[in-house]
Amino acid sequence: MTYHADERGYYGEFGGAYIPEMLYPNCEELRQNYLRIMAEPSFQEEFHQLLKDYVGRPTPLYFAKRLSEKYNTKIYLKREDLCHTGAHKVNNTIGQILMAKKLGKNRIIAETGAGQHGVATATVCALMGIKCVVYMGEIDIARQAPNVARMKMLGAEVRPALSGSRTLKDATNEAIRDWINNPVDTHYIIGSVVGPHPYPDMVARFQSVISEEVKSQLQEKEGRENPDYVVACVGGGSNAAGAFYHYLDEPEVGIIAVEAAGKGIHSGESAATSALGKVGIIHGSKTLLMQTADGQITEPYSISAGLDYPGVGPLHAHLYVSGRGEFISITDDEAMKAGLGLCELEGIIPAIESSHALAIFEDRKFKEEDIVVVNLSGRGDKDLQNYIDYFNL
Amino acid sequence: MNRIKQKLQEDKKILSIYFTAGYPQLNDTVKIIQDLEKNGVDLIEIGLPFSDPLADGPTIQESSTIALKNGMHTELLFEQLKDIRETVSIPLIIMGYFNPVFQYGVEAFCQKCQEIGIDGLILPDLPLDVYQEEYEPIFKKYGLINVFLITPQTSEARVRAIDKASDGFIYMVSSASTTGAKSGFGAEQTQYFNRIASMELNNPQIVGFGISNSETFDQATKNTKGAIIGSAFIKHLTQNGVEQIGDFVNQIR
Repeated sequence: MTYHADERGYYGEFGGAYIPEMLYPNCEELRQNYLRIMAEPSFQEEFHQLLKDYVGRPTPLYFAKRLSEKYNTKIYLKREDLCHTGAHKVNNTIGQILMAKKLGKNRIIAETGAGQHGVATATVCALMGIKCVVYMGEIDIARQAPNVARMKMLGAEVRPALSGSRTLKDATNEAIRDWINNPVDTHYIIGSVVGPHPYPDMVARFQSVISEEVKSQLQEKEGRENPDYVVACVGGGSNAAGAFYHYLDEPEVGIIAVEAAGKGIHSGESAATSALGKVGIIHGSKTLLMQTADGQITEPYSISAGLDYPGVGPLHAHLYVSGRGEFISITDDEAMKAGLGLCELEGIIPAIESSHALAIFEDRKFKEEDIVVVNLSGRGDKDLQNYIDYFNL
Repeated sequence: MNRIKQKLQEDKKILSIYFTAGYPQLNDTVKIIQDLEKNGVDLIEIGLPFSDPLADGPTIQESSTIALKNGMHTELLFEQLKDIRETVSIPLIIMGYFNPVFQYGVEAFCQKCQEIGIDGLILPDLPLDVYQEEYEPIFKKYGLINVFLITPQTSEARVRAIDKASDGFIYMVSSASTTGAKSGFGAEQTQYFNRIASMELNNPQIVGFGISNSETFDQATKNTKGAIIGSAFIKHLTQNGVEQIGDFVNQIR
């Protein structure tokens, strides 16, 4: 029994590649080569060298003493917020830019919601001197101006997605359309564990460095590789996939996925896909997604742009349906409060996405001796305006 | 015999027209179908609108968004079409994305299609392997032809596999693009049309994407069985409504 993808990209009933024929050659080229390329010693060497010297890995596993005292359990924070560009996203973009080079591609496209993945993609394209086009919903461009400016400084072209709801899901549609129109020279760097096979598996593998490091760091600090629980927020689910990866098939490790409930699960303004979604097809993958009874994909809501996606990666859909993962939804208010709490207790300003993971301790109680690793996926600089508005700072 | 197969046996070039159901007005569906048949169109693709049509360019996206806003949904389309066979005999295909069909229930959807007199389906994001493993018996049970796409990038081996899995015609996407992205054909397309023609496939090919007028129709059908017009017809409907459908069809051939 494994919770990893099978060779056709299925996690239980979820995953696969539900793509129009126009995308088949691109995805097939990737599918046939990704594992081989990733296994090449030269690839591994360059990947790990860049993660170390450029990204700043390994990121610390920090014992949060005062937070632990407050909640009467042992909480460790995996400090992905200290990665170059401010979040875990860059682990994947480093991997994929090297993949694109091996495949002989000379043009990169990406989608972005809040702009974190866009910035991480623009960063590695600047690093490698490769042309970069980032699709971003017109509405997101207006509300994430600093990240738009970052991408431009890094040499990327930011193209507004003008279709549909003009947010992340539409930016993803536009990136896919670009790939259909440019099937030969272009590689599409998807930012999460979503999309057609092999993307969910490939992105999870690039992000798996997170749990690989946790294992050795916990061994050093606690004399054991496995925590009792590992906690991460889930939008599409890439930081969670990385944090869970090496623990998926270790049944003694509890897996806790935290979704954004927005203004409340049943408020009509939520992104809690496991609670509200049904099985369907989104962006080439069979998974749980928020949709009408008629199969039209609906627009999610969360205060956190990074969790504002109507689907969830097929790995997470499988973790939910199989019961392997415990799914908790956190509202905007709970997340904002937890974010401020981390500032006050530990001197760390978290991304609002990560604040959702931190918010579970109010209601979800752990034993005093439990070791709980929370993946602190990003830092809060990008969210400053949200924090300012929310707390009238 | 399935109406599509019967039509394909005729010694003529097939003109197929795509439109989005529920556009420009919610209840235009039946009138559009009747007028297209009356004006000599050979095959009609009725588009079931989807919120996230990722193989489509701006024209069909926009028509889908408006159709959904107008209130189009799967059950309503079936309701509009329930008596369609009393007035038309033209082959009818429903074209859409897989998720709305999946939510309706693939078998229930196919059964409904048979009841109405739909002859085939085009679901671009239902891949060949999934169709063959899970859904082929259902399509066959209800007499529906499933139409697959090929593109200039499709390998010869895969074109052969698609030909083998097809039982009607192959939808030949003219270039690497979304719908409505390009107009007109260059040497690259001619070469591709000739290459596919020389493969002597079992199923005839009908070309789609990039056809908007008589010139492109003639180019596309020189070495193929027919051609499909979508975005250009949607644009015509946007500008002229449903009153002058004949004008559009007659300028094609």
